[in-house]
Amino acid sequence: MIHLKNVTKRYPTGHEALSRINLKLDKGAMAFLTGHSGAGKSTLLKLIALIERPTRGRLIVNDQDLAGMAPRQVPYFRRQIGIIFQDHHLLHDRSVFDNVALPLVIQGYRQHEIARRARAALDRVGLLHKEGAAPITLSSGEQQRVGIARAVVHKPAILLADEPTGNLDPELSREIMELFIRFNQVGTTVMIASHDLELISSLGKPMVRLHEGHLQRERAPESA
Amino acid sequence: MRSRRRLSQPTMHARFQAYGVNHLRALVLSLGKLYRAPFSSVLTLLVIAIALTLPSLLYLILGNLQQVTPQWDRTAQISVFLEASVTDDQVPALAGRLAQRSDVAAAEGITREQALEEFRTHSGFGDAVDALGENPLPAVILVTPALNTQSPNDLEALVASLNQLPEVESADMDMQWVQRLYAIMDTLERTTEILALLLGLGVILVVGNTIRLDIQNRREEIEVAKLVGATDAFIRRPFLYGGFWLGLGGALTALLIVTLTRILLAHPVQDLAALYGGQFGIQGLTATDSLTLLATGATLGLAGSWVTVGRHLRDIEPS
Repeated sequence: MIHLKNVTKRYPTGHEALSRINLKLDKGAMAFLTGHSGAGKSTLLKLIALIERPTRGRLIVNDQDLAGMAPRQVPYFRRQIGIIFQDHHLLHDRSVFDNVALPLVIQGYRQHEIARRARAALDRVGLLHKEGAAPITLSSGEQQRVGIARAVVHKPAILLADEPTGNLDPELSREIMELFIRFNQVGTTVMIASHDLELISSLGKPMVRLHEGHLQRERAPESA
Repeated sequence: MRSRRRLSQPTMHARFQAYGVNHLRALVLSLGKLYRAPFSSVLTLLVIAIALTLPSLLYLILGNLQQVTPQWDRTAQISVFLEASVTDDQVPALAGRLAQRSDVAAAEGITREQALEEFRTHSGFGDAVDALGENPLPAVILVTPALNTQSPNDLEALVASLNQLPEVESADMDMQWVQRLYAIMDTLERTTEILALLLGLGVILVVGNTIRLDIQNRREEIEVAKLVGATDAFIRRPFLYGGFWLGLGGALTALLIVTLTRILLAHPVQDLAALYGGQFGIQGLTATDSLTLLATGATLGLAGSWVTVGRHLRDIEPS
């Protein structure tokens, strides 16, 4: 599902964010990406979502070789992925519902289908009653859940999250992570970057540790 | 996994329908956006409107002048003043001879007696003429040039040839005003074309700049849309329609200004025409002209946004 072969990413500034990374995540699997900030977690997720391109090496995501992908194919590739950010990237000039509906509008779903799926996604994150609210009026935990609803509304094959619990207290963080586990249980491949070791080590999923751009170890779950 | 995903994709038919729906949605949303930011929209609209009004007004003036000039051409006459030695009896015969010429449509003889009579009636200086004791007026033949002899050059040749005749003291026509008028009209026409070109370019730049600011203001939205799989076409659409509305709205406003100007000018122009003893109403823009103006505005708006959108959307990528 996600396969990195000898991937190196060097930014134009000369900084090498990732060095010779080999990583494989099977279809329907879930893994955490850990390491200090600056270890290359975000870069790795960006490579998978084709926000960045690798300097060297190959990436195969959802059976597609990303090296050969033309810019005009990128939008269609991204529709197979749901991305969640720490700062959730919500659009503040529209309602919660419209934020969540955006991927469906873009993909050309019909109006009643958009409404049905957007409400279903909001229901799964427990925010159906807030569909008409402005994102700014929600708590940061709720905003993050809106971001998650938007990322899953089109039922992507892969879910990527970059520090999704970065701004949240422990209790909310656990709720969010359990939400991801539920998505994984219905078949979505999930990869989450997080430095909250205490939380993720208790979740029983494989952890991949990055240190200064190098893959340090791939730890099997203690109770998988 | 794969089949589940395929099921969740919209069908081809739905996609095709959605394409139309998406266009309509973008069209309406972009109009709504203009409505929600009324002040800057109105400013941009006015700038576009003024830019379109100027060439339209010139075009209107030009059209009206061209409409008037043929009447003057037809009434253009050459006054052929005869030598004092030519007697009144000889005038009709001479007029008849001139009328035979191929470059002359008609020739009307006015004897010295008739000329005096006319002068008495119209000038109000009858008594003064009587005081002279002798008729001071020459006989005149009014020559109307043939239809194929209307250009300034031909008319000049005709006047010259009439001057050659032994019975003629002088043949005269104020040629210069005709030539000047033609030259003025040519200049005006060219000026209109150049102005229209420049101001059209101005409209493209104004729309381009407005759309550029709009793109910058919506940078975040564009990034998010690209992240969730929006194609360039999808992102481009509302901006293109935004330019379309600006151009169309500007043209509509220009049409209103031109019409208003025509109404405001109608009275003064009528007074002016009355002073010249004529009847003349300003012709407004025809339905075709109006449609052309609207189409031009919309096209320029679309062109302006197209140029900008192509350049600036490429630069915005999620990071």
